Amino acid sequence: MKEVRECCCHHPETKEELYEALNQVLDKYERKESNLIQILHMTQAIFGYLPEDVLKYIAEEMDLPLSKIFGVVTFYSLFSTQPKGRHTIQVCMGTACYVKGADKVLNEILDKLGIKLGETTKDGRFSVQVMRCIGACGLAPAISIDGDILKHVTVNMVDDILKRYE
Amino acid sequence: MSQTIAIKSYEDLLNVKERYINRHKQYEYTILVCSGASCISSNCLNVKNALEAELEKAGMRDKVLLKQTGCVGFCDVGPIVIVEPDGVFYCKLKPEDMEMLVQRHLVGKEIVEELCFLDNKSGERVPYVRDIDFFKEQLKIVFAKCGVIDYSDIDEYIATDGYKAIYKALTEMTPDEVIEEVGKAGLRGRGGGGFPTAFKWRAARQAQGDQKYVICNADEGDPGAFMDRSLLEGDPHAVIEGIMIAGYAVGADKCIVYVRAEYPLAVERLTAAIEKAREYGLLGENIFNTAFNYDIEIRIGAGAFVCGEETALINSVEGKRGEPRQKPPYPAEAGLFGKPTVINNVETFGNIAPIILKGSEWFAKVGTEKSNGTKVFALAGDISNTGIVEVPIGTPLRKVVENIGGGVPNKKAFKAAQIGGPSGGCIPSELFEIPLDYNNLTEIGAMMGSGGLIVLDENTCMVDIAKFFLEFTVDESCGKCTPCRVGTRRLYELLEKITEGKGTMEDIDKLEELCYHIKENSLCGLGQSAPNPVLSTLKFFRDEYVAHVDKKQCPAGICKSLLSYVILEDKCTGCTLCSRVCPVGCISGSVKQPHKINQDVCIKCGACFERCKFSAIVRK
Repeated sequence: MKEVRECCCHHPETKEELYEALNQVLDKYERKESNLIQILHMTQAIFGYLPEDVLKYIAEEMDLPLSKIFGVVTFYSLFSTQPKGRHTIQVCMGTACYVKGADKVLNEILDKLGIKLGETTKDGRFSVQVMRCIGACGLAPAISIDGDILKHVTVNMVDDILKRYE
Repeated sequence: MSQTIAIKSYEDLLNVKERYINRHKQYEYTILVCSGASCISSNCLNVKNALEAELEKAGMRDKVLLKQTGCVGFCDVGPIVIVEPDGVFYCKLKPEDMEMLVQRHLVGKEIVEELCFLDNKSGERVPYVRDIDFFKEQLKIVFAKCGVIDYSDIDEYIATDGYKAIYKALTEMTPDEVIEEVGKAGLRGRGGGGFPTAFKWRAARQAQGDQKYVICNADEGDPGAFMDRSLLEGDPHAVIEGIMIAGYAVGADKCIVYVRAEYPLAVERLTAAIEKAREYGLLGENIFNTAFNYDIEIRIGAGAFVCGEETALINSVEGKRGEPRQKPPYPAEAGLFGKPTVINNVETFGNIAPIILKGSEWFAKVGTEKSNGTKVFALAGDISNTGIVEVPIGTPLRKVVENIGGGVPNKKAFKAAQIGGPSGGCIPSELFEIPLDYNNLTEIGAMMGSGGLIVLDENTCMVDIAKFFLEFTVDESCGKCTPCRVGTRRLYELLEKITEGKGTMEDIDKLEELCYHIKENSLCGLGQSAPNPVLSTLKFFRDEYVAHVDKKQCPAGICKSLLSYVILEDKCTGCTLCSRVCPVGCISGSVKQPHKINQDVCIKCGACFERCKFSAIVRK
């Protein structure tokens, strides 16, 4: 499923269409509590993040307390209750990448974008996160942008890399 | 493509094999294109497309079989292509090299030397796989087919004796005999704890329950480990077969594979493999015309390291926060939805089919007396040949690092190997000869863990490494129990104090004492092992801690607060390069006069140090 990255108010898809897609997900997973994490994954793919209203809706549909759903959402690092930028940069901070200087790459990216870790740039272009090992240790230091893995990244490459994503 | 058939007997397996062989008779050459995740990041698909176009151009499309395989293991030199039956290994390929490869190797029958692997030690090109040190010293059981067969072709898996082990188990062995065979093989869990696999299986078999589950733990969270990922991507049917045998042994009819969300390619390929197996009737009802029914479902994690712990993983599969449960009861008695559950790691499952097919005696011959079989290591860090390697358990660390891994690059010295991730410890250079087995590693305060092996060179600060791991555990601690939640944070703060040069000798003692408290009182494996990186570095590199505290020095020159850059007057030629690259403008001096760094302004970025052509800037 293609990830919808923009906030729903700017997105061509209407609110009804987004909720329709969500209903299909809920039907597919039979509104079962044991499927909650899979449902949240799909919901995040539909809305781009997990807005509070949507979580309330899921809570009602699944007959679960909102607190329980919120507890699960905040437990896992891949769920976000904040809208994300058009491009998500994930800097791997696994041991291999750290030993190879991933922290310098991360600082360079944050400096260049003028944001802090976990934030989104004002123009909505980039969000920056840290990942705990993406399993590309042979390519350290590695970063992932929108799921594409870039290998052996150095501080000097950052500028060029960022320019490739509008 | 192949027509769908339901496989119900041994004959059917043989038929698939025969069909596969017949279909491939026409090919003079087979070209294996490594399509592991690392090579895909190195653009191997462009190489494959170029190769396809060149074959077309040369009119050789029907003489050459082009095959996408899983990870060959040698991630550092990707994209990789192996030309069979010659066994020639080409690496670091670009799409534009393919014309030369096709024309010279396939048409002209000569080896294209300049595309072969360059051995840094001898300075020579090594064309054949069998001669390359990286492959020569390995012994592959789990990864035997990974990097050899087409991961998406179930026929090829069957043609290479695939699904014969489950057939043998179902038709010739009772579940108890299967467990006994795995027990005699001496297989221990490959995911971390090293618990004997047969023990878990027996407990789950004996547990009462109308429904039992098998869970495959593919939540490979250890930073620095990527073997489970490679196996799932490169030989998914091997994992499926192992999971099926486990199901038969314990009496389960359902398996859940819990994969990290960070591994989308593994999910994609495993999903496709499961579908294929269903299509062939290898998953479903009455498998091989027996009473055995089985199916596999994939669950995707959502980014929590603690979910690698078995009870936390079970909670996560149930849709809850991934917090660990109190043990006992163990999962074998009351696991998923309260039912008896066996949880094993991906690599463990990868060992099962070979054990059943070739027998426990064969398996027990590999390895040491107390730890049988092989172990897969993920080599990374300051090492020439990064990648996945499989060696008999008990292989000395030196052999893995120097012979297979090609040693530490840039003429630097080996300082230590960190093994077992945030739960493990380090092996210093004094113990370079240590045989890598479960007991040896536990004895020195490290652990096999999942097999992530990070090599650290002389420029690594061990206090900083300990701090790195603690930062990780502080972040990943689920917060359920106090010793782990609060204790790891206090540990981190102490380490921060020391690396900033504000530590006292008393802090080092406090650090050690706190480590033992956390180990003894934490609820799950995460907390119980979180202090290991600190204890292990304290054990072998205490002098480095003392240097940070006593002399306010970081011997490796890593901890920023303790370091300053100084220009040596007698070496400085006054070329002004340093003052031009300094981002904060803190270097002053006239042309051809020695320069000076204003220490109050310097941010210690090291830009001047890296640029100076006269080695006139030193780190103190």
